Amino acid sequence: MSGRRRLPLAWIGTVPFFVYAFAFLLLPAGEVMEGAFKSVNGGWTLSNMRELFHEPYVGYYRTSIDLSLITALAGGALGFVIAYAASLDGSPAWVRSAFATFSGVAANFGGIPLAFAFIATLGTLGIVTNFLRDQLHINIYRDGFNLYTTTGIEFVYLYFQIPLMILVIAPAIDGLRREWREAASSLGASRLQFWRHIGLPILMPSLLSAIILLFGNAFAAYATAYALTSGATSLVPIVIGAYYTGNVLSNPHLAQALAFGMFIVLAVMVMIYIPLQRRSARWMK
Amino acid sequence: MRRRRGISPFAAIVLVLAAAYFLIPLIATFLFSLDSVQTGNCCSLAAWGTVFHDGMFWSTLKTSLILALETIAISLVLFVPTVYWVHLRLPRLRGLMAALALLPFVIPPIVLVVGLLNVYHSAPGWFYNEPYGFLVGAYVILAFPYMYFSLDAGFRAIDVHTLTEASHSLGAGWVRTITTVIVPNIRVAAMSGSFLALAIVMGEFTIASLASFSTFPTYIDYIEQTEAYPAAAVSCLSFALTWAAMLSLLLVGRSRPGRFSQLAAGGAQRI
Repeated sequence: MSGRRRLPLAWIGTVPFFVYAFAFLLLPAGEVMEGAFKSVNGGWTLSNMRELFHEPYVGYYRTSIDLSLITALAGGALGFVIAYAASLDGSPAWVRSAFATFSGVAANFGGIPLAFAFIATLGTLGIVTNFLRDQLHINIYRDGFNLYTTTGIEFVYLYFQIPLMILVIAPAIDGLRREWREAASSLGASRLQFWRHIGLPILMPSLLSAIILLFGNAFAAYATAYALTSGATSLVPIVIGAYYTGNVLSNPHLAQALAFGMFIVLAVMVMIYIPLQRRSARWMK
Repeated sequence: MRRRRGISPFAAIVLVLAAAYFLIPLIATFLFSLDSVQTGNCCSLAAWGTVFHDGMFWSTLKTSLILALETIAISLVLFVPTVYWVHLRLPRLRGLMAALALLPFVIPPIVLVVGLLNVYHSAPGWFYNEPYGFLVGAYVILAFPYMYFSLDAGFRAIDVHTLTEASHSLGAGWVRTITTVIVPNIRVAAMSGSFLALAIVMGEFTIASLASFSTFPTYIDYIEQTEAYPAAAVSCLSFALTWAAMLSLLLVGRSRPGRFSQLAAGGAQRI
């Protein structure tokens, strides 16, 4: 075979790519991991990692994980209901494609401009805040709402979590074949029974992998929370950022240990995600 | 099964509420940008004027656009031949490439920037102190998963082997084969990836901010902390930019299945 002779040299073609990936992805990642186990005077140590399990650091992780979990579950549930509503037979096709297009934009619209959009809407001087106060005599800030707290951040995160869920789950919902629903109903199953015994079990791997994606999305987010709270909230990415912008931590290796911790959490997520993804692909055509 | 003529009440309520949640913040931001700085009431274009007369606005916008073009150029030059080569000669490497493309999900920008700053702090100034060096280096990595999955799908849809052999038997060399045979066939995939890269770079804040560079997103942050009404105007512009990039992506990929799921890929990098 003439291909045989060339084969051992074929990998040379991929060298530029792997060199690049090494220099800008693997090397920095390795640096973070190594730094997490270094002490200030350069020796190896486990003390940074031990710190992560004590206050205040363990609390930062708790806040971050809580926030990611809440926005992933709420965004996932709402996104699923919206995608399902749009997929129903009676919903006009233009509504469906408008939601799909808008979700594509909104899932990619985040960070500083999004934070400001919510400040202009629901901030202390926001348009909706003013409208509710002047027209309907509801003062949301007196009633306990505050955009600049963790609850506020969660509310804003839903703005990109819900669209992401719609984008990810809509193909899975479309993959539920009409015949299955018709077969179930001709055997006397109610709509509820169909979802309980057929729809949800089939969608479960897709739903779970979508929730994991949303969790990672919120867990890694930095800009939106930073802009809303001016960097004064105790989420892990914000604390890491504060070290580099304002020297809050005394030990630089603690920032690396915090980053390493994020890596571990996300790596666990990916390890659950991959087999789920494979399972959900089974039902897609 | 019962056939429905119109939209079900359940769907109508859900979709109207969802549309309200998504549209109100955008409308409010736009109205806010029209409020007069002096009176706080509608309507004045003063905030927009402030933005358009701000030299910083134009210079950071220009910086970010150049960064985006540079990121797209490097990504295409680096990834198109590699993905082509992997499909043609090293199909077994596809698994490894896909695994690498998942890595930026595990190593988000906030972690990546910590590593990059430590690795390159003693690199030469033309690289470390220039956005066109350091930032682009990082942005190509951020764009990598979206470029890769887009290109991989594009190459899967064409017959790489036949095209290459046909081109070679007509006397074309490698460079000519790639530029005149392969690239036109994966143009849509390359453009989709490029528009996603554009959206990512035009919105990326984490790395630019921690590495102390002035880009369009860090300018928005600066304006937001200093002037409320112009900040609303800039936020509207940023949203319009994202719209433009995403709509272009959908338009070039009109005939491609799964084009919406591609958009899902862009999110994680910039929020």
